[in-house]
Amino acid sequence: MKKEEVPQDNSNLSSNNMKELCYATDENGNYTTALSTGWEPKTIALENSIQDINERIEAAKAGVKNGTLSPIVYFMEVHKMDWMTLAGYVGMWTWRVKRHGKPSVFKKMNDKMLAKYAEAFEISVAELKNYKGE
Amino acid sequence: METNFVHHQSAHCENGVASNLLKHQGINISEPMVFGIGSGLFFFYLPLLKVNHAPAISYRPMPGFIFNKAAKRLGIKVKRVKFSNPQSAQKALEDNLKNNIPSGLQVGVYNLTYFPDEYRFHFNAHNLVVYGKKDDTFLISDPVMETVTTLTEKELEKVRFAKGALAPKGQMYYPVAIPAVIDWETAIKKGIKNTCNDMLAPVPIVGVSAMRFLSRSIRKWPAKKGVKVANHYLAQLVRMQEEIGTGGGGFRFIYAAFLQEASVILKNEKLKELSLEMTTIGDLWRDFAVNAARVYKNRSNQTDVYNSLADELLKLADLEEAFFKKLKKAI
Repeated sequence: MKKEEVPQDNSNLSSNNMKELCYATDENGNYTTALSTGWEPKTIALENSIQDINERIEAAKAGVKNGTLSPIVYFMEVHKMDWMTLAGYVGMWTWRVKRHGKPSVFKKMNDKMLAKYAEAFEISVAELKNYKGE
Repeated sequence: METNFVHHQSAHCENGVASNLLKHQGINISEPMVFGIGSGLFFFYLPLLKVNHAPAISYRPMPGFIFNKAAKRLGIKVKRVKFSNPQSAQKALEDNLKNNIPSGLQVGVYNLTYFPDEYRFHFNAHNLVVYGKKDDTFLISDPVMETVTTLTEKELEKVRFAKGALAPKGQMYYPVAIPAVIDWETAIKKGIKNTCNDMLAPVPIVGVSAMRFLSRSIRKWPAKKGVKVANHYLAQLVRMQEEIGTGGGGFRFIYAAFLQEASVILKNEKLKELSLEMTTIGDLWRDFAVNAARVYKNRSNQTDVYNSLADELLKLADLEEAFFKKLKKAI
């Protein structure tokens, strides 16, 4: 990549006034560094990931509403977590956390357990309990 | 308290932290040099392991490997400590700052407040340097940022004790012993040999064989997983290749910069030629990203576009196989 070819497209970086460093060659073919504001293929890739997350959140919301998923699944998706990450934050085995994703199991959970999840999601126990997928 | 640490922006966090910490110790080492000596160039594909709901693809080795290998080859001793409790982690860091030792930390990205929201994923192998503390705010040099920044005690604790895959467990590291004379030539040769062996390894999930394995998978994705999932996988692939940290082209340009520097130190003209060749290969990786982006943008559902991407990847694998064979002979 030549220095003058370092892309300067609009991106989520440039909207935050950030630039990233790239390695490129100067007119004599020697390596130097240049700042880039963003590159379109990357921006599309990132948008794709964000869209994927939003779709997962919507699906979880619908699941809570029609009673197939517990609120834990919804907040997990909101925080971009997967089962393993959430298990790490609440300090439990992954299989146990997955079980808590079932509404029937969620109903029987006590406040002490719920508090662990509420802390991981940075919300109150009441908010977690009363989330109905609205 | 504040150490007289100088911040330099870099492409990749781990090389950047390593290069900045060593520069502080008086060793003038560039980011590409750390990357090359630490054998940072890599390719890894493990479809069974899922990251962000897509198969694990990596253009670099495990976090920590680059700095450890580079330090070992340069004869520098690096101390690494992990902590089970946040208080002792903070205390150890403060003690270091009192003794004028800027310290590298492994952190999670999700709670880094100075990152744009869109970049905050549960990725736990980011690196930064803490170089001072004012009141209850730590002074932070994050190598991917243009300038220095800060984090409060609480914010820093959160990122140091992020959970999930590769949890940092408060890990802190800093060089403790520097040799009087550094044998650059041997270190560079070792680094290059290691990279050649990795890339040519006879294992299906590593190096050029992994690229061919991935190429076969790409052909199957649309039929097996559906167009939507296939496009998500492609987007993740492009992100791993081009997102902040690779310096462009899946680290190929940093590596070319390293070969150029190495050719001067080793007085080896052949390396300069190979550096040019690596730049061309890097440009082809960029083209690959552009074409992949076209596929997931248009949501084209012909299997042909996946086949042509797979062909492109096969060609890259052939080029790199020939390249690393030449490189191995050149040193």
